[in-house]
Amino acid sequence: MNFYRLPRIRRGALAVWHRNIRVWRKLLGPAILMNFGEPTLYLVGLGFGLGHFVGEMSGMSYLAFLASGVIASAAMTTASFEGMYSVYTRMVPQRTYEALLATPLEVDDVIAGEMIWCGTKALFSGVAILVVAFLLGVVNGWQALLTIPVVFLIGACFAGPAMIMSALASGYDFFNYYFVLVITPMFIISGVFYPVDTLPEKMQFVVELLPLAHAVALTRPLITGTELTQPLLHLGVLFAYALVSYYVAVVLVRKKLMV
Amino acid sequence: MSDSIISAHNLVKQFDGYCAVDGIDFSVQRGMCFGFLGPNGAGKTTTLRMILGLTPVTQGTLSVFGLSINDHACEVRARTGVVPQADNLDPDFSIEENLAMYARYYGINSADIPGRVDRLLDFASLRDRRKAKTETLSGGMQRRLTIARALVNDPEMVVLDEPTTGLDPQARHVIWARLAELKERGTTLLLTTHYMEEAERLCDELVIMDKGKILDRGSPEELIKRHVEPEVIELRGADSEVVSTLEATRQCRIEPMGTSHYCYTHDATKTLACIQTFHQLRYMHRPSGLEDVFLRLTGKELRD
Repeated sequence: MNFYRLPRIRRGALAVWHRNIRVWRKLLGPAILMNFGEPTLYLVGLGFGLGHFVGEMSGMSYLAFLASGVIASAAMTTASFEGMYSVYTRMVPQRTYEALLATPLEVDDVIAGEMIWCGTKALFSGVAILVVAFLLGVVNGWQALLTIPVVFLIGACFAGPAMIMSALASGYDFFNYYFVLVITPMFIISGVFYPVDTLPEKMQFVVELLPLAHAVALTRPLITGTELTQPLLHLGVLFAYALVSYYVAVVLVRKKLMV
Repeated sequence: MSDSIISAHNLVKQFDGYCAVDGIDFSVQRGMCFGFLGPNGAGKTTTLRMILGLTPVTQGTLSVFGLSINDHACEVRARTGVVPQADNLDPDFSIEENLAMYARYYGINSADIPGRVDRLLDFASLRDRRKAKTETLSGGMQRRLTIARALVNDPEMVVLDEPTTGLDPQARHVIWARLAELKERGTTLLLTTHYMEEAERLCDELVIMDKGKILDRGSPEELIKRHVEPEVIELRGADSEVVSTLEATRQCRIEPMGTSHYCYTHDATKTLACIQTFHQLRYMHRPSGLEDVFLRLTGKELRD
């Protein structure tokens, strides 16, 4: 048994995904309220309120600018929460993984299933925001539907690092570090609220290395119907983050559980 | 050794700085109930985890169903049922959902699942509670459900880590009856326990482990015969005068045990006569059991 062996992707991952969606369905009411309630508040509150003073940004209404960025950051937050609090709960106190690993499933399958599930949850939140944005009249064209698979990818991309945190965590409080030091700064500087090119040049360089900036660079043009530049680069960065973090998470969880 | 379902040679498991399993050899024949008996920290659970491919083998060879565990852990687990030391039922699901979801983890065809779930609910006597949440079940019911869950893949072998720890006597007897039923069907059972009564009742063969090593192996009867005299008289509150009087008779071997003394003997008649001369002395005369073997082999000092 080699902890560093490359993971195998097998059908078992779908059984893990299926478990999670079955649990999610039991709490459908609160889940849907969360999905619609939060972005609606953001968009209506900030979009109209702040938008009144800001007027236009990057040649579009501030509401459109914000909606097309928040869809990416909401995918990030949703997947990060799921990949940390929920995954940790199943891994440690609830010992669900112990039960899963007594079957033919392997850590590879469990983490792949969780990653697909985090992507799915991000997709639910993305669809909700898309609906709200459409009702507010800021969706411009059918290409906006392409944000749905993109949002799934954004979720998977942030699920990996979150699960790495779960594997390293000794308790729930540990996640505060990751939120305060990584997620929140990324949320603020990655072009959700204002264009990245207004930042100092050195900072722009840092932002370009972070996945959220690339996520926003995909969702904003898709929703607002503006020109999509370098889509393959942005998709490539998200895929790379997802794949590398999946592998690291698998190795760390193997080391944590297979002892 | 023709039909051994597990064979281990010089099996070693090291963790940082200490050796949990220190070079053990054993083999388990198909259809038997095989026990690992030992105090806490003896290496029983670690051995089970290696058998299931849940922790890497540090050294030695281990094959299960004739397959090397290093390369075939998934296949071994597909043919095995596992009852962990502490229940890890899924609290997000009802009883029947727990069984149905577990069947999916084994990749069982969804058309077959409802039938299996019904059979397992009957086996666990939980049919009328099928919609209940797992947290509403008593300890005994949770254990029955965990055992039923371990049977969802029709396993050839079931591995049970301390199956009745923490249960009341009634619940324990129900579990024993279920395990006997499984054995009857030809399922190989592998269990760890530190309850001697459980080992004596269920195991055809067992090994006594301590500090990562196997101290001895055999059927419960063989082990008792090999290590202790057939009869024992337990004395409560005997003073040194009683003990020296008994020692002088040269009829028994006396072992102090907490506030009691155990007198092991081949023929209790003379010892009993001697004890009865001390009128206020409380005693109990019984045949020797595995517990006596266990204490003899693993010593009396407190563990952990």
